Amino acid sequence: MKYLHNIGSYFLMIKDIFRKPTKWSVMKTLIFKDIDDLIIGSLGIVAFIAFFVGGVVAIQTSLNISNPLIPKYLVGFATRQSIILEFAPTFISIIMAGKVGSFITSSIGTMRVTEQIDALEVMGINAINYLVFPKFIALMLYPFVISIAMFLGILGGLAACVYGGYGTLEDYIEGVRTDFIVFHMVYAFIKTIVFAFVLATIPSFYGYFMKGGALEVGKASTTSFVWTSVVIILLNFLLTSLLLG
Amino acid sequence: MIEVKDLHKSFGDAHILKGISTVFEKGKTNLIIGQSGSGKTVFLKCLLGLFDYESGSIMYEGKAFKKLSIDERTALRSEIGMVFQGSALFDSMTIAQNVMFPLRMFTKQSKSEMEDRVNFVLNRVNLSDAHNKMPSEASGGMQKRVAIARAIVNKPKYLFCDEPNSGLDPRTSIVIDNLIKEITEEYQITTVINSHDMNSVMQIGEKIVFLKDGLKEWEGSRKTIFKTDNEAVTNFVYSSELFKKVRRMYLEENQ
Repeated sequence: MKYLHNIGSYFLMIKDIFRKPTKWSVMKTLIFKDIDDLIIGSLGIVAFIAFFVGGVVAIQTSLNISNPLIPKYLVGFATRQSIILEFAPTFISIIMAGKVGSFITSSIGTMRVTEQIDALEVMGINAINYLVFPKFIALMLYPFVISIAMFLGILGGLAACVYGGYGTLEDYIEGVRTDFIVFHMVYAFIKTIVFAFVLATIPSFYGYFMKGGALEVGKASTTSFVWTSVVIILLNFLLTSLLLG
Repeated sequence: MIEVKDLHKSFGDAHILKGISTVFEKGKTNLIIGQSGSGKTVFLKCLLGLFDYESGSIMYEGKAFKKLSIDERTALRSEIGMVFQGSALFDSMTIAQNVMFPLRMFTKQSKSEMEDRVNFVLNRVNLSDAHNKMPSEASGGMQKRVAIARAIVNKPKYLFCDEPNSGLDPRTSIVIDNLIKEITEEYQITTVINSHDMNSVMQIGEKIVFLKDGLKEWEGSRKTIFKTDNEAVTNFVYSSELFKKVRRMYLEENQ
């Protein structure tokens, strides 16, 4: 029953995100602040992880090709496919659920604990719109982060492959260009947009509706990370079945 | 003026407010007092519309709160100032930005007009040099004064304070009490304070509502509270030797 109640409350919260909007002059500032916190602030860690995981994918692929009949350009091809189809949209989103999701839950949760949300409500402000809508808009720039992750992942693969002696630059680039299907990019960005929505709303839900004190803020952040990850994984399966299956 | 009639509020099986009726008058400091768990905070949150109630009515200037449309409620809320127990300042904003916040949200004033008003209210609460500090850099007393400044910046008709003196030293408490009283009289605001600080009761309680187990046990003023025979009130208010002595002296002087 509790799960059903939470699901109902979550969808009611989503409705409230778009109800009774905050004054634009105030909202504009909040959106820019959230773009800085959630998008710009995540670029460093995303770039770092994408580059090195791309390298690892290239090395692993290369090491597992023992059959001389398999062309060498397969390393570039496999790295590109892994990065574009799964690593960048899905696994970066799981990492973002930890980084951005925890930040959202703890910042909104702390506002709940310190009565700042009550203060907004007493003033007659739609606190859900005020707090969640700017995060939702900021995370609509999330595909920009994922594009960078895709680029750096493939670049990391190239660096590891060429400088690690696992293949030549020409083979890797040929692999990256082989059988490129544009719809795979469309699929990746559809997933990215859906995950961005999940990343903005589930952590906000756990922060907004938390009860208790500082300890509960920590617990809410953990629960939010778990459920954001679960929902991302389930939606990944569903979207892959629908779009590629 | 705020009129409350037969207010009932429950959480599950727990009946918290059991039919409270009272009137909070304009231009007066109205205090709600009572022991922890007596229903003070629930009562205050019902008045503010943060909690829904099962039955009874809360009338703001004769208009039932529950019957107001969403737009009317928003308009009413823009006329309410609230000082929370923990101040509830927005910690991502400076003190000046906190105070300016209601003006940015609810008025169409130019930036210079808003700055003038912020300067005025910060001067009013003796914080003229704290504009650019963050709330975390301010002391508890300063934070309370900022919260009062934020509450009055948009010239509210109603001011609610939840335990405004909690966590403050006696000297700062008196400053805050006097400030609230002065502002109430100066701007003719209906002020409702939730407190269990007996100094506040004696200092500024022009109307006092004593709650016990979700019921209004007694109501009066700081003068009549000295004379009351109500056992629950005397046990609560005169629980310390100091206040017993104060009461004795008052009664001897006024015999």
